[in-house]
Formats: sequence, structure tokens, C-alpha cells
Amino acid sequence: MYEGVVQDLIDELGRLPGVGPKSAQRIAFHILQADPTDVRRLAHALTEVKEKVRFCAVCGNVAQSEQCRVCQDPRRDLAVICVVEEPKDVVAIERTREFRGRYHVLGGAISPIEGVGPDDLRIRELLARLADGTVTELILATDPNLEGEATATYLARMVKPMGLKVTRLASGLPVGGDLEYADEVTLGRAFEGRRLLDV
Amino acid sequence: MYVAHLSLADFRSYARVEVPLDPGVTAFVGPNGQGKTNLVEAVGYLATLGSHRVASDAPLVRLGADRAVVRASVVHGDRQQLVELEINPGKANRARINRSSQVRPRDVLGIVRTVLFAPEDLALVKGDPGERRRFLDELITARSPRMAGVRQDYDRVLKQRNTLLKSAALARRHGGRSGADLSTLDVWDQHLARSGAELLAQRLDLIASLQPLADKAYERLAPGGGPVGFEYRGSAGEADQGATTREELYEVLLAALAEVRGQEIERGVTLVGPHRDDLLLTLGRMPAKGYASHGESWSYALALRLASYDLLRAEGGAGGEPVLILDDVFAELDATRRDRLAELVAPGEQVLVTAAVDDDVPGVLAGGRFTVAEGTVQRR
Repeated sequence: MYEGVVQDLIDELGRLPGVGPKSAQRIAFHILQADPTDVRRLAHALTEVKEKVRFCAVCGNVAQSEQCRVCQDPRRDLAVICVVEEPKDVVAIERTREFRGRYHVLGGAISPIEGVGPDDLRIRELLARLADGTVTELILATDPNLEGEATATYLARMVKPMGLKVTRLASGLPVGGDLEYADEVTLGRAFEGRRLLDV
Repeated sequence: MYVAHLSLADFRSYARVEVPLDPGVTAFVGPNGQGKTNLVEAVGYLATLGSHRVASDAPLVRLGADRAVVRASVVHGDRQQLVELEINPGKANRARINRSSQVRPRDVLGIVRTVLFAPEDLALVKGDPGERRRFLDELITARSPRMAGVRQDYDRVLKQRNTLLKSAALARRHGGRSGADLSTLDVWDQHLARSGAELLAQRLDLIASLQPLADKAYERLAPGGGPVGFEYRGSAGEADQGATTREELYEVLLAALAEVRGQEIERGVTLVGPHRDDLLLTLGRMPAKGYASHGESWSYALALRLASYDLLRAEGGAGGEPVLILDDVFAELDATRRDRLAELVAPGEQVLVTAAVDDDVPGVLAGGRFTVAEGTVQRR
């Protein structure tokens, strides 16, 4: 144990995701030894992000104003919504430049073990967005793990009565890779999800 | 396939040991507590990444050492491969193939294939349903490695669903609303039924192929003692409905889940699915558990392992013929059964046998003999 403030700092850092007690200690001592202006800049960035960044009123993505960049963009296709778990998933999909619709960020996935139920996610907001009929396709892009699949199934069941097109991202082999390096589970899924080749 | 060389460092009682092996039968003979089983346990570990004796890795490392290393040179046809596993209890294990850079330990699976029979296997006949489920599921994974993922998925869905049921049960008891909690139960039902049906379909298929082989093996070990029969006791009543395909089993599971839902919410656990099933083993017209004698139960367990061996051998696949390991088996059998077993296994590509005294190893099993004493292994 260290004295007072140092230990407080280590404890606070240790609460961050992916930071264990050893790393927390290392970061704390790095900060202690760092230039005061650097530390002040870090502290400023931390408070700033909490004050300035908000969540988009429409999709739940991180935003600097009332709405996020994507929702403000008039060139975006209003008929398609892509549902993701976290804002970082939006960034990942944006990098592809393939998707021209808008997003909806749920803020997680259904997982009873972690105490997350549908009410803890932004599902009511999603249903409200779908209500006026402008959206014709819903792409479910939750993570391809059990909790993501369960969330996708739940959403698909919820919106079924609305009669819009619901799709799920495909899962299978990575592009540019060698078949031989794929693990059995991925390769097995790819077999299950194989499609007819139209020529 | 066969193991041509086994070398251990800080594994169990061995500081260091080098054991050159040949195809065919090899016997390790020595008094109790000298390290015979440790040798075959190491070969088994390469095949399953687990020990047949203990659930955790810590006991595998020699007292005072940090890590154990198991290295084996394996021959598949005319190809030789070197597999190396470093066992780090409490940390990730490390693996190498052909002295290459590191690979994931599970990439090693399938290079060494074994069927291991040990005294602990008596529990297959006399023990709880869980023992028989594990026997089936391990064999399923050996037949089709993809099933490891399905088993993982199933366990995970089960855990999620049980947590949901438990919190719903709690809410109901305290007079709270459970409606919100339960809105996702349908979704978990669907996922449970999907991976459950896949597991069930594989189990039923396995049982159908294994039963005639087990019957044959038992008949040869103890003529006239059988017949050996399997009956799958599904918690969803799938047998009564004659469901065998994945699609049919999915429907049966879903219907069964809907039926017990009230009870499940009351008790807070999932009451239907492969995790509640049992394989009823029969001998003659009686269940083996509770009716078979000790000797019969022993032969039955042995017949199950021999049948697994025959099945994996017949289906072949990329792994080749598995190594058959018989740990301390012969001492438990009378002279006639001992000779019958010996005749049965003698033609195997590689058979590893452990015994306390030379007389326990039947004469038919010619081949290499090693004396194991105080942590040394000496070829005779």
C-alpha cells in the first residue's frame, strides 16, 4: 500500500477496463514523474470529454452536439438503420465506407449474468424510430457471440409485426486469409452459412 | 499413428525422463506409486489437454518446479511430427509443433489421439449421469472437433438462462414484477434449443454407432453375458417422439421448454436439455447400474472404451488410428478375461499398458517392456 493520494490514484486507475493492479501502479508512477503541463493536459482532456461529449439524441452514438455527425449528414439514407452494440462499432463500420444508412447504438447486449436486460438497452428508442415507416430495412450488427446473437434474435422478434426487412451480418471466413488457418468453429459456421453461387 | 518418443521434464514424479517407444504393445511394469500411470497420463494430456485423473493442472507439475514439459515425437504414416506442451498451472499453457514458433495449445489437438481406459472409468457404469454425458460429449468432440464450440455455446446459454430464471424467481418471491425479466426468456429458449438440438443429434448418432460395437466388445470379453444395450433418457422426451434430426429435436426441445416454464421459474433452473439427460446402460434385460456385479461393471466400462477405440479406428479421419492406453486394467480381470482382452487389443497400432507385476501382463502381449522404479524408466 502507498500513502494517501498515490494509493487513491492507483485505485482509480485500477477501475478502468483492461487495467490491472500492476498496470495501475505503473501508470500512477509515470504520472508522478511526468511534466506538470502534460499531466494538466491529461486532466483537462478527461474533464472536457465528460462535459462536452454527449450522446446523440437520435442514435445514441457519441456526439459533440445534439446529434452525431452521421445523423446530421443529409446524404445519409434514411430508409436503413444498422443496429450496433457500442459507439466503437460505428467507427468500425464507417471505416468500410460501404454503409450509407444511419445507426442505432444499443449500449450493450442482453446478458442476464451481467444484469443487462432489454430495458437497460436503447431498444425503446429504436422502436420509436421505426414507428413512422420511413425505415424499410434493419441491419442487425451486434457482436457474433452468444449475447450479441441473443440480442439480435430479441430485436428481430420485437420488430417482426412491423413488417420491415430485417437482416443479420454474415459470419464466416476472413477475407484475404487462408482457409487452412481458420479455426473449426469459424469454418463450421462458414459451412452452415454457405450460399448459392449464381453464375 | 503412434508415439515414437516421449520425453518429460518436471512432470509429476519425473524430473527428466526419455522413453523411446515402438509401435505395437508396450508394457510399463513396476510397483505401485513408482510413476507408471504418470507416463500414460502425459500421452493422454497431449490428446485432450487434460488429465484423466485430476481436473486442474497444478498436480501435474513436479513439486518445487514452476512448469512441466511434455514432448512427444509422433509418427503418422511416413510423416513425423514433434509436439511440445509446456504446462503452466494458473497461467496459459504454451505449445509448439515441429520446433516452430508458438501455436495455440488447442492447435495441438488431433495430432495425438488416444483412447484411455483407467480404473476411474468404473464410474461410467456405477457413477452419476454426468459421467456418462461427459463420456459421450468427449467422444463427440473427438469425432468432430467443431462440436467443442457447440458445447461451449450450450454451456454459456445455459448459464445465461439460469441466471435469468433465478432473478425471475427472486422477483416473484418478493412480489415484484417478473414480466420485464422474462421478456427475453423466449430468446434464450430458442438459442438453448438450437445448440441443444445440435448436441443431441450428435449424441443420438453416436449412441447408434457405438451400441453394436460395445455389444461386440462385451461379448468377446465375457461371452454370453450380454447383450449390451443403450437407452437415451432425454429430459425432453425426445425418444418417445422419435425425433432424431436437428430440426425435429429443436422443435421437441422448444415444446418441452414451454411445457415446464412455470416450474422453471419457480425453481430458477433449466429443467430440460442435454445437461439433464442420461444414458441408460443395460446388461441382459437389467440396468447395469445397481444390478451388474463389480466384475460385470468393470467389463462393461472396458467394453465402452474398446467400442470408442473401434469407432475412432473405423472412422479414421485425418488423425489416424488412436493410441490405446490400458492403465492398470489386467489386475482386475480373471485369467480368461485377461487373455481375451489381450487378443482383442494386440493388433492395435500402438497399445500402452501399465501393470504392477509381470504376471499381470498376458503372454500374448509380446513387445517392449519397461521397468518403472523410483522415477526412472528402464527398457528391458
